[in-house]
Amino acid sequence: MDLKTLTMLIVGASFVLYFAIAIWARAGSTQEFYVAGGGVHPIANGMATAADWMSAASFISMAGLISFMGYDGTVYLLGWTGGYVLLALCLAPYLRKFGKFTVPDFIGDRYYSQTARTVAVVCAIFVSFTYVAGQMRGVGVVFSRFLEVDITTGVIIGMGVVFFYTVLGGMKGITYTQVAQYCVLIFAYTVPAVFISMMMTGHVLPQTGFGATLSDGSGVYLLDKLDGLVMELGFHEYTSGSKGMFDVFCITAALMVGTAGLPHVIVRFFTVPKVRDARKSAGWALLFIALLYTTAPSIAAFARVNMIETINGPTVAGQAATGTPYSDAPTWITNWEKTGLIGWEDKNADGKMFYSGDERNEVTIDRDIVVLANPEIADLPAWVIALVAAGGVAAALSTSAGLLLVISTSVSHDLLKRNLMPNITDKKELFYARLAAGVAICIAGWFGIHPPGFVAQVVAFAFGLAASSFFPAIIMGIFSKKMNSQGAIAGMLAGIIFTAAYIIYFKFVNPAANVADNWLLGVSPEGIGSIGMLLNFAVALVVFKFTKPAPEEIQQLVESIRYPRGAGEAQAH
Amino acid sequence: MGFKNDNDKQAYWRTTVLLLLKLLVIWFVVSFGCGILLVDQLNQFQLFGFKLGFWFSQQGAIYCFVLLIFYYVYAMNKIDQRFGVDEE
Repeated sequence: MDLKTLTMLIVGASFVLYFAIAIWARAGSTQEFYVAGGGVHPIANGMATAADWMSAASFISMAGLISFMGYDGTVYLLGWTGGYVLLALCLAPYLRKFGKFTVPDFIGDRYYSQTARTVAVVCAIFVSFTYVAGQMRGVGVVFSRFLEVDITTGVIIGMGVVFFYTVLGGMKGITYTQVAQYCVLIFAYTVPAVFISMMMTGHVLPQTGFGATLSDGSGVYLLDKLDGLVMELGFHEYTSGSKGMFDVFCITAALMVGTAGLPHVIVRFFTVPKVRDARKSAGWALLFIALLYTTAPSIAAFARVNMIETINGPTVAGQAATGTPYSDAPTWITNWEKTGLIGWEDKNADGKMFYSGDERNEVTIDRDIVVLANPEIADLPAWVIALVAAGGVAAALSTSAGLLLVISTSVSHDLLKRNLMPNITDKKELFYARLAAGVAICIAGWFGIHPPGFVAQVVAFAFGLAASSFFPAIIMGIFSKKMNSQGAIAGMLAGIIFTAAYIIYFKFVNPAANVADNWLLGVSPEGIGSIGMLLNFAVALVVFKFTKPAPEEIQQLVESIRYPRGAGEAQAH
Repeated sequence: MGFKNDNDKQAYWRTTVLLLLKLLVIWFVVSFGCGILLVDQLNQFQLFGFKLGFWFSQQGAIYCFVLLIFYYVYAMNKIDQRFGVDEE
């Protein structure tokens, strides 16, 4: 059986599974549509959260980024895991006890203000759309490479699948599909890594393999060899950084805090039965995420060594490698050359490929192929390659579905029910939720087919805004009984405006000025969310000093969310 | 209401916040501390094939995060029981 048929079979089988789950887990009420009826087991919710969180970017792009960035890739590894500690300790249990459906719900009720609610709704929708555009594109890319359809067809297939189970099942359908998607994606991610680790170092676990000695008999540590190779080729040392330390600090902080403030992640903790489960569930979620996130840096290091050795040829007894003749190139190079993700230009006309970080370089490599081509590079069987395709699609679909649900809930619940049409019936609201999900999918699909050139740039936006708006407002809402609406609104606005202005200036208005010398305190637009967050806190506290504290009944509400007893099901209102 | 009196309520919250602060200090030290601020100093030490600082930043801190959350769950359940505010 050829690779294409095999891929179609495996991806097709995974779709059938998702559909079956969707039909089994149809949502009958708004409560089931928004929070799966609040009855999800903590381990299942942990898996669903992990799939929700790990997007096409985590699955396809992250290992590649680390592979090229080395130590600097740490910002993603720490940033996208550390936020769960904040989430588990400071947010999830209290928001679960509060027991409503959405983040704007909490902000609106806690700060007794429609203005605060509206600011939160706008942020939630903006952050989610920013994110979802990239996901749909990811589905398209995977389909086009492995099934040889064009990207538009790929995006439309992806839209159809997500439409089916999101609109039908709501949060209930999404949750159980995400559990299945997690299993598919983690299997697809770790299997090739284990194979490669065993081949290169003899270690079964990639996590220990990349700190082990190579099994070529040289007794050299893999990372030492890698450092030697890349330095010789004019790159910076793999295990140390090239970014400024303060910038690395700020980017990591912005990603962590942003993670803890992302509405599609927070809302997952509304779906478990008890406060205790919300805490436990965050632990499981991070454990499941850590499986992929500790494997990624190993894949990154293995792939870098493999790639350099394949292209430049092995180093023989002190003699520097001079390149591999193009006529001897392995098939994965020629395969991926067709997709444009690898390019070779024979600058010195010796018929050999050479890859380096200086003027001798003749090869361009797209970072995304590190994960996608990994099984081919390591010569693994075709079913593993097909599995990686299914995993990439699962990662992209699960995240899209979670985001689309946030958008649909924000519109039907926060905007219509809580703002514009308070007398709407549950059935009507459910109808609007489904309608909003449908419309959101079409918009997301449109962005997937016509990707705006700025998708990569706006990811900084999503995290920056989540970090500088939601996170401080929620933290102060829980840990300060007296924080008032004036303080919270002023803080959120200050945080958002500052962060947005900084990113817009450097990314869109004056991209030429986007260099370290012009940055405020040396902080790049990717990391500015952490400064925006501090500004939010500071402004909120100053405004609070000069205004009346929150009314008595709000202070009692805050007291009541601080301990677990009495957390009922998520309340309809 | 789960608490016997206001003193208990305040004591519960103080205990909780103290636990959070302790765990967040560890969280900060293993990630921002060992993985970023002190990475050059720690890199002088070797853990198998890893430089120690590099290991913290790409492996160790993540393991610590997972352990921190599970310890938090355990400790918080204890505190809830002690004050009689756990869920039945």
